[in-house]
Amino acid sequence: MSEKLDKLVRMANQIGDFYAATPEPQASAGAATHLRAFWTPKMIRELVALAGDGRAALNPTAARAVEALRRAERP
Amino acid sequence: MALLQELDTGTPIRAGEHTVTLTIDGRGVSVPRGTSVMAAAALIDISVPKLCATDSLQAFGSCRLCLVEIEGRRGTPASCTTPAEEGMVVQTKTPRLEKLRRGVMELYISDHPLDCLTCSANGDCELQTHAANVGLRAVRYGYAGANHLDAPADASNPYFVFEPSKCIVCSRCVRACEEVQGTFALTILGRGFDSKVSPGGTDFLSSECVSCGACVQACPTATLNEKPVIEKGTPERSVVTTCAYCGVGCAFKAELKGDEVLRMVPWKAGKANEGHSCVKGRFAYGYATHKDRPLKPMIRRRIEDPWREVSWEEAIGYAAGEFKRIQVQYGRDAVGAISSSRCTNEEVFLVQKLVRMGFGNNNIDTCARVCHSPTGFGLSRTYGTSAGTQDFKSVEKADVVMVIGANPTDAHPVFASRLKRRLRAGARLIVIDPRRIDLVRSPHVEADHHLALKPGTNVAVLNALAHVIVTEGLIDGAFVAERCDAANFESWARFIAEPHHAPEAVAQATGVDPKELRKAARLYATGGNGAIYYGLGVTEHAQGSTAVMAIANLAMATGNIGREGVGVNPLRGQNNVQGSCDMGSFPHEFSGYRHVSDDATRAIFERLWGVTLSNAPGLRIPNMIDEAIDGAFKGLYLQGEDIAQSDPDTQHITAGLRAMECVVVQDLFLNESARYAHVFLPGASFLEKDGTFTNAERRISRVRKAIEPIAGKADWETTVALAEALGVPMPYRHPSEIMDEIAATTPTFRGVSYAGLDELGSIQWPCNDDAPAGTPIMHVNRFVRGKGQFWLTEYVATEERVGPRFPLLLTTGRILSQYNVGAQTRRTANITWHDQDVLEIHPFDAEQRGIVDGDLVLLQSRSGEIALHVQVSGRMQPGVVYATFHHAVTGANVVTTGNSDWATNCPEYKVTAVEVRRTNHLSDWQIRDREQAVALSRIAGAPADAAE
Repeated sequence: MSEKLDKLVRMANQIGDFYAATPEPQASAGAATHLRAFWTPKMIRELVALAGDGRAALNPTAARAVEALRRAERP
Repeated sequence: MALLQELDTGTPIRAGEHTVTLTIDGRGVSVPRGTSVMAAAALIDISVPKLCATDSLQAFGSCRLCLVEIEGRRGTPASCTTPAEEGMVVQTKTPRLEKLRRGVMELYISDHPLDCLTCSANGDCELQTHAANVGLRAVRYGYAGANHLDAPADASNPYFVFEPSKCIVCSRCVRACEEVQGTFALTILGRGFDSKVSPGGTDFLSSECVSCGACVQACPTATLNEKPVIEKGTPERSVVTTCAYCGVGCAFKAELKGDEVLRMVPWKAGKANEGHSCVKGRFAYGYATHKDRPLKPMIRRRIEDPWREVSWEEAIGYAAGEFKRIQVQYGRDAVGAISSSRCTNEEVFLVQKLVRMGFGNNNIDTCARVCHSPTGFGLSRTYGTSAGTQDFKSVEKADVVMVIGANPTDAHPVFASRLKRRLRAGARLIVIDPRRIDLVRSPHVEADHHLALKPGTNVAVLNALAHVIVTEGLIDGAFVAERCDAANFESWARFIAEPHHAPEAVAQATGVDPKELRKAARLYATGGNGAIYYGLGVTEHAQGSTAVMAIANLAMATGNIGREGVGVNPLRGQNNVQGSCDMGSFPHEFSGYRHVSDDATRAIFERLWGVTLSNAPGLRIPNMIDEAIDGAFKGLYLQGEDIAQSDPDTQHITAGLRAMECVVVQDLFLNESARYAHVFLPGASFLEKDGTFTNAERRISRVRKAIEPIAGKADWETTVALAEALGVPMPYRHPSEIMDEIAATTPTFRGVSYAGLDELGSIQWPCNDDAPAGTPIMHVNRFVRGKGQFWLTEYVATEERVGPRFPLLLTTGRILSQYNVGAQTRRTANITWHDQDVLEIHPFDAEQRGIVDGDLVLLQSRSGEIALHVQVSGRMQPGVVYATFHHAVTGANVVTTGNSDWATNCPEYKVTAVEVRRTNHLSDWQIRDREQAVALSRIAGAPADAAE
């Protein structure tokens, strides 16, 4: 995995870490909203693809957020 | 504009509602109770002669020149020390007074050189003025007796000369150093006739003097005078403008002779600084005319080629052509821009407009990304607006001040003087900082609590403070109930009361004594008005945004929001950090912090600009670099920003720049980023253009052109030319028209105009129909977002950990004499105080490594290594080292990492695991850097050393 993609996963996990103290479903919704608000569509697509391929070791909150983004992309 | 002479009322005008009415020389005047007779007279244009009085200082009553007669009172009291009273009848000009004043003046002149015609202060000397005023015609005492006329001058300070032979020992300089600056560097040595002003028994340069200029400003004679005035004569005209250094945003009079600035004099009516200054704004303006400034546009096809000087038209045409080619070849998103907080509001507004209209994407970011982006994020989430809550003056009403991750005496010195004045008057102080910064203990200031935490643990400490406040019942329940979201507060209170947030539970991680932390929490919650001031020591962390939210939580929980003396106050690093953020310089939002996905906001701009705008967030600076290395981002317009020096993990940044096909640098100097550039567009200094800056108080102040742009274009004109070459019409004739567009499209700026700024002096946004004169204090009756929102701020340790290879933690920061990457201050005499970056290390860590003060050491991290000299310092804690980053040749950011804040990607400058060892040579990067400095900066036809 490239350094850039590695970094995307780390950043997503950091966002997940922040929201981890918040109960679900608000936590993953918060993380997904954050990603949508601040990441470019291309970065989100790349992260969703990584998660889809099983190449992204995401923490649970980040994983749920990415799954929500994936569903929004391809309902 | 002719030379501006400001009214000096001699003593301060007291604030207060109660007034008294008195009669002076037959004229009635009403003044606030407590105002002196001297000041009351000044307000009705009656000038009472004075020497020891000036309105920046408290009355002293020593010169005996300001004597008056008061009906019903015996003697001739000094008007400076006599308070005006109801019904008082005062005479300032009687034969008796004139005789007394002549006698006093005669004594002064008997020990003063009579060289007025050749004196540097001729025409600008209060002694000369008042000698004429009292009609002194002869001195009966002669000059044969003992005198001070041979006292040697002290020219050690690079900016001013001290000539004690001209000193009248009025003590204004000594008192200015104490009362205004708060440094206490000056004193009166000796007694009686032997009394003399002294910078502590040594020369000025070796003394504690911080060269703020307050003493020079206060001196009524030529005793303390600026060197340019001594060398070139007195100035002829003034232009009131705003300092281009830190986020305090001081107002200055640029005093010029012809087109040459002779001195920068702090402007008393400037509300940010109220007549005070620091060594940077007051004296370090020489960079503006430094020989290093390239004054012609330049282009080159490859970065290995020498620069070729070309016309503006050719440079702009080449840049626009390249951006268009890249977008055709690689796609619309392959280009972007970075603007700077050193540029005006109007300039940064134009750059984001160019990007959104001309590039058709939102790839615009600004250097606030790497400093205060977490402030904008955190405060908008909690309070609803991305800005500090107070004006600087508010600190005068604070009872408890908490300073977190900020070093105001070095980085925001004029605010620090205001703060220290309040602390000397009795306010209590809590400092949260890994280092023992000057505020912890300095003359007449001592922190009640210094929580010397380990770098990276801000959130744990802030949570522990909140834990104490919640679990010990110190919440301001009434405030929370009225102003905050109730359910949300309950959820936060339960969270923060959990045992793992207790001071004792986090002590091992934070290194902070739990007892001390508990005392600090109690003091902040119960000590009266509690005000928090914070800096980059809060934001530049992996949890920077979390820490800002934790601070906001603390202030809400204790009711310290919405009035004078309280609040959450980010101390912005650069002059226009607030403004550049306000102006839509982030890739996800337009001016006024409105998200690009908001249809209504986009519609405002689309209607005005006649284009369809992208609704998707663009790339942030780190994303641009990552995409460049990945091959997808190829063109960058850098306005006033030097990411190759200022951004973290230098080698990663320069790899990104190298991977681009067109880098356009618009700057005063061929900076480090310009090595990787293909187009150089000469910038203009703040003296050469009109515009506005917005300081840390949200105060919008005018920048006024003092001289014409030396390279031919003001920066806004350069951006206009580039935009128009890209096909974006920008028919502005003056920056005021850009501000009109900002006002027309941005609700918080709706009432702002140049006419309004000229009338009011400055305006704090929001400025609109509800607040036509601006808003000094925010969230007074309600939060901007409605109810205040508490956020759950779990502490998450940074991934950057110490270990056997890298056992120390590095933090970086700035010092008083230097500013940011040093591009400006390194080109001034400020290098007298700091001619190279240094690494501070605790004696224990130094001894373990066989290091002594002054050694050259290798500073190594996972990112890279550099060599620099070491300063063994007891203000560090064991295990923590500190480096400045002002000199490009050091490359401090070679060592810092790519870690960043979870929410904003603000880099984690403040936590890098490092090792330090003695060395006798430069690092490999530094050797390579020196070679590249020559190879990548050649200008065709110019001497080899023309580049930086």
